[in-house]
Amino acid sequence: MHIIVCAKQIQNPEIATSVFRVDEQTNKIIPVAGMPLVMSPFDEQCMEAALRIREKLGEVKITIISLGPKSTKDVIKHGLSMGADEGVILDEEGLEGGDGYTTALMLSEAIKKLGEYDLILTGRQAADWDAGLVGPGLSEMLGVPAITFAKNVQVEGRRVKVVRVVEDGFETVEAVLPAIVTISNELGEARKPNLRETMKAARKPTKNMTAADLGLDASRLGAAGARRVLEKLYIPTKDGKCDFVQGGSPEELAANLVRKLQEAKLI
Amino acid sequence: MANAAGVLVIVELADGKPISLVFEQLGLAKRLSEKLGGSVAVALLGSGVEAVAQDLIAQGADKVYVAEHPLLSDYQSDAWLPVVAKIVEAAAPAAILVGNTTLGTDLAPRLAFRLGAGVAMGCVEMNADGGKLQAVRSCFGNKAREKISFKTAVVVATIKPKSQEPFVRDGARSGETIKIAVDIQASAVRTTLISREKEKTEGVKLENASVVVAGGRGLGGPEGFRDLEKLAGLLKGAVGASRVAVDLGWVPPSWQIGLTGKTVTPEVYFAIGISGASHHLAGCGGSKAIVAINSDAEAAIFNDAKFGIIGDLKAIVPALIEEVRKAKA
Ligand SMILES: Cc1cc2nc3c(=O)[nH]c(=O)nc-3n(C[C@H](O)[C@H](O)[C@H](O)COP(=O)(O)OP(=O)(O)OC[C@H]3O[C@@H](n4cnc5c(N)ncnc54)[C@H](O)[C@@H]3O)c2cc1C
Ligand SMILES: Nc1ncnc2c1ncn2[C@@H]1O[C@H](COP(=O)(O)O)[C@@H](O)[C@H]1O
Repeated sequence: MHIIVCAKQIQNPEIATSVFRVDEQTNKIIPVAGMPLVMSPFDEQCMEAALRIREKLGEVKITIISLGPKSTKDVIKHGLSMGADEGVILDEEGLEGGDGYTTALMLSEAIKKLGEYDLILTGRQAADWDAGLVGPGLSEMLGVPAITFAKNVQVEGRRVKVVRVVEDGFETVEAVLPAIVTISNELGEARKPNLRETMKAARKPTKNMTAADLGLDASRLGAAGARRVLEKLYIPTKDGKCDFVQGGSPEELAANLVRKLQEAKLI
Repeated sequence: MANAAGVLVIVELADGKPISLVFEQLGLAKRLSEKLGGSVAVALLGSGVEAVAQDLIAQGADKVYVAEHPLLSDYQSDAWLPVVAKIVEAAAPAAILVGNTTLGTDLAPRLAFRLGAGVAMGCVEMNADGGKLQAVRSCFGNKAREKISFKTAVVVATIKPKSQEPFVRDGARSGETIKIAVDIQASAVRTTLISREKEKTEGVKLENASVVVAGGRGLGGPEGFRDLEKLAGLLKGAVGASRVAVDLGWVPPSWQIGLTGKTVTPEVYFAIGISGASHHLAGCGGSKAIVAINSDAEAAIFNDAKFGIIGDLKAIVPALIEEVRKAKA
């Protein structure tokens, strides 16, 4: 059994709105000083899902793959320290400014080079652009079925059984392997890297691949290959001012709030 | 599709009726088609759904492409995709508008990749000035927005609920119904729906409620939500939650408001013991008025709130229940 986890390196998504900045000239975010880059949280949960499957089945190889700049090696290391067996780094240098389409293209070509696989796990969306394209996109490019928004993933024989989160509850959906599953936060917390795996991480095999290795022309990747053009990145302005309700006691505060809401015809 | 024009709306049904987002998609489709030229078409997939066509025409559709097959009644992407692609070929639209729902966010990327179309998820604005499509969507956990255009002749976009004015119903409208022959083999559908676990909702549905009382980590446990239920009951509203309250297992995932949860736009949104992370605001920022109750005067939620109480919710919520009870008496 071979599971491939796709993981992206991003700026910590939990930083406060008050420190988040963009450069409107270059349409890029301005990294917050001293804030280390992280593995996108849904991708950490992909690792968690893969490890849970391995705990159940025993013989499972987990490969973690990431496309990005030089610093992406840290995300691979994080995955290996959580328990992945092998890392694959796709070098993005000179291919920046891509979109879900170019990312899925490069990932899919790399995955084809990794040999047999049974399950590909991606996050429901990367917590930087929140695009939500790569998982289903890989399904089209690789010709493999996809099940989205998983809360629970179990492999039974040659089938994957997924509990997925829908608007009014849950659905259980099955597919024959190989399959792609996108992971949602309902899967539960991802484990932290452990000492044993971290010690081993440096010795685990890590491959580097470039577009040339994959036989992909640069014109199909990055900003050149993207199907969308980023015209403008900006922070929306907030106009509202908060009217702080006054009062000496909880009862008074509550009464004053109710009066204000009634005056505004809101209740 | 060199002469792509007009707009195609993908219809999602619940209990045999279009979900309200479909009418919002139709409102946007009408506005876009005025700039793009062409008509507003809809794709209606399912089994025994033709009766809905007339309703869709009254809601703004010029052409209804109906595809019926037992395998289309419960959405599975493998079944829907070839049929939607066939309708796209017949309708030759410049824009395909899908709802930003579980169904839509599963379908839209795959449809776009299959068609070679540009795609944008969770759009809150779309324009077609000079015939060129542009979309605006939230990114970076709702901290930023991006405005994008596309290099492709066809664009697939999912539309965020409550972001668009719905088409004003006009029962006198006429339109055309076109049947699409469906030939799907069960074996081509590689995923199987095994079971469904539907949550029972008592009272008002969260998505439609005019008052939402939402709680977060500050409630300290599931018991805190019983008080919010009381308050919501008095105001004929529904109860929602932050992701933390869901992750801690205090309430079910279907209560979650935010980026990866539900989008609500009530008249009043009570944010009680919720810090106001951008991810949470993604689901409630469009409310008419946010009322924040938080013991931390610096909490970010006060930047978005119209009314605020700084204080301990444990004392304020019971008092508020009493005051609302009095006001409603
Ligand atoms: C990719 C991603 C997606 C996410 N999607 C969502 C989403 O869809 N929805 C969502 O909600 N979150 C989402 N989050 C999480 C989000 O970033 C916040 O962590 C979360 O919203 C915080 O929940 P909270 O406000 O309940 O908890 P906290 O941030 O811990 O806030 C608790 C608040 O309660 C107040 N409080 C505590 N005790 C009291 C008291 N006695 N009286 C009054 N006030 C009190 C505190 O002052 C504090 O402000 C997402 C995060 C990521 C990274
Ligand atoms: N650069 C990348 N490298 C590896 N995996 C990625 C990359 N970008 C996206 N993914 C995967 O695709 C998922 C969805 O990303 P997106 O479509 O960009 O929102 C992520 O959660 C990852 O699992």
